[in-house]
Amino acid sequence: MSENIPADLKYAKSHEWVRLEGGDATIGISDHAQHELTDVVFVELPVIGRKVAAGEACAVVESVKTASDIYSPLSGEVVAVNSELAKRPELVNSEPYKSGWFFKLKLTQPSEVERLLNAEAYAKQISP
Amino acid sequence: MLKRTPLFAAHQKLGAHLVEFGGWEMPLCYSTIIDEHLTVRADAGLFDISHMGEFSVRGSSAVDFLNFVLTNDARKLQPGQGQYTIMCNERGGAIDDLYAYRLDDAEFLLIVNASRIEADFAWLTTQLAAFPGRPEVELKDRSTELAAVAVQGPKVAGFIDQCFPASTQTAAALQKNEIARFNFDGRIVLVSRTGYTGEDGFEIVADAGIVEALWNKLLEAGREAGLKPAGLGARDTLRTEVCYPLYGHELDENTTPLEAGLGYFVALGKGDFMGHEVMARQKAQGTARKLAAFKMAERSAPPRPGYAIWSPGEDANPIGRVASGTQSPSLGIGIGLGFVPPEFSPANTAISIEIRGRRIPAITVARPIYRRS
Repeated sequence: MSENIPADLKYAKSHEWVRLEGGDATIGISDHAQHELTDVVFVELPVIGRKVAAGEACAVVESVKTASDIYSPLSGEVVAVNSELAKRPELVNSEPYKSGWFFKLKLTQPSEVERLLNAEAYAKQISP
Repeated sequence: MLKRTPLFAAHQKLGAHLVEFGGWEMPLCYSTIIDEHLTVRADAGLFDISHMGEFSVRGSSAVDFLNFVLTNDARKLQPGQGQYTIMCNERGGAIDDLYAYRLDDAEFLLIVNASRIEADFAWLTTQLAAFPGRPEVELKDRSTELAAVAVQGPKVAGFIDQCFPASTQTAAALQKNEIARFNFDGRIVLVSRTGYTGEDGFEIVADAGIVEALWNKLLEAGREAGLKPAGLGARDTLRTEVCYPLYGHELDENTTPLEAGLGYFVALGKGDFMGHEVMARQKAQGTARKLAAFKMAERSAPPRPGYAIWSPGEDANPIGRVASGTQSPSLGIGIGLGFVPPEFSPANTAISIEIRGRRIPAITVARPIYRRS
């Protein structure tokens, strides 16, 4: 099936995407991930101000089918969370790369970005 | 290697999201679980239930045999009628819950859960070997040769008879729990006015070789009414909203129908039957635990099977377990069924559900949790 994997984003093996904007990163989950989860009904986001390390579980997405941990792809401080998801968790399914974003980080170790996958490498990872 | 129903190719063609279910590769959903759930409630949904088991029980002593191994009163069934019933062991523990249909005076069809086909047939075979009337009972497992679909929703009665133009009677004229033979494209199929969703609907049993043609005909006939294929995800959310049990959750070999709130389907007055003694005692003395339906009192992650149920407040104690739980697509809140001590089972009792380390307030409710308004 055709997967939506925007070329301008970076990806973690655990299916999170990263949009870099200067020293900040916006993070969400990929189209592949939301499709596997099916209907998202609840999202638990980190508190603003929390400091996370790359690879640390910091959010939870619950679908009708299952609960899944979300791992921060990068180290940093949480500076914003998508409060819209409290009312409309289904945005994760309908717009995983836009209005379904999870949280924003102020990066503390920008060099970690080099360890992330580009769109092509992520596409290869999820292809059957 | 996972088992596949005769409709597997049809599911692939529809782009189904396939998952493993009790050894079968089945559609979880085709679009989304919530969309399919809401479509069944508003219009119509089509489910593949070919993985379920079908046993034929025939002979002049069939009714007495079934009346002994099943809790409901099989003698009440006229030809063309079916009933929900439970098959119990000597301790009153449920081996399976199922539907028993009387097709004729001496001909019955049992529809059993997919995960219990082997266990059920082994049990019935053993019971039959010990049954005095056994020469007058023939038991056959027809699960592989038969397939089935369920078509459920308020709009179904309006289009289902397009499938049976050669039949003299209409499926729409069947009463709830009635079953009859219909002519689908020159072949005999069994149509019953039954279902597992809480909506009006039908279940159709057909030879495995024609079920794909039937599936396609139903999709065509229901297109204008908004019929959509629906998978196991929606099947589970639909039945949980109306508090129908799922074997392995509300029922198992260590749980009696009375503990699961199914006493209505246990005909204690009909004479001796398997499990009668234990259940008669439970009816007289009460049970140590009871199944209660509940709703979360606030927005939360969904309650799930296995989560602990606690009494409410500061001095909370663990009091039971969630048997089934999900986010209700119709109500937009977490719902579930769980076993609690009898004092917590009346409606409007405060409880709490432990969801990933936090105890979230909930309240018991009367069944069904969802009702058509």
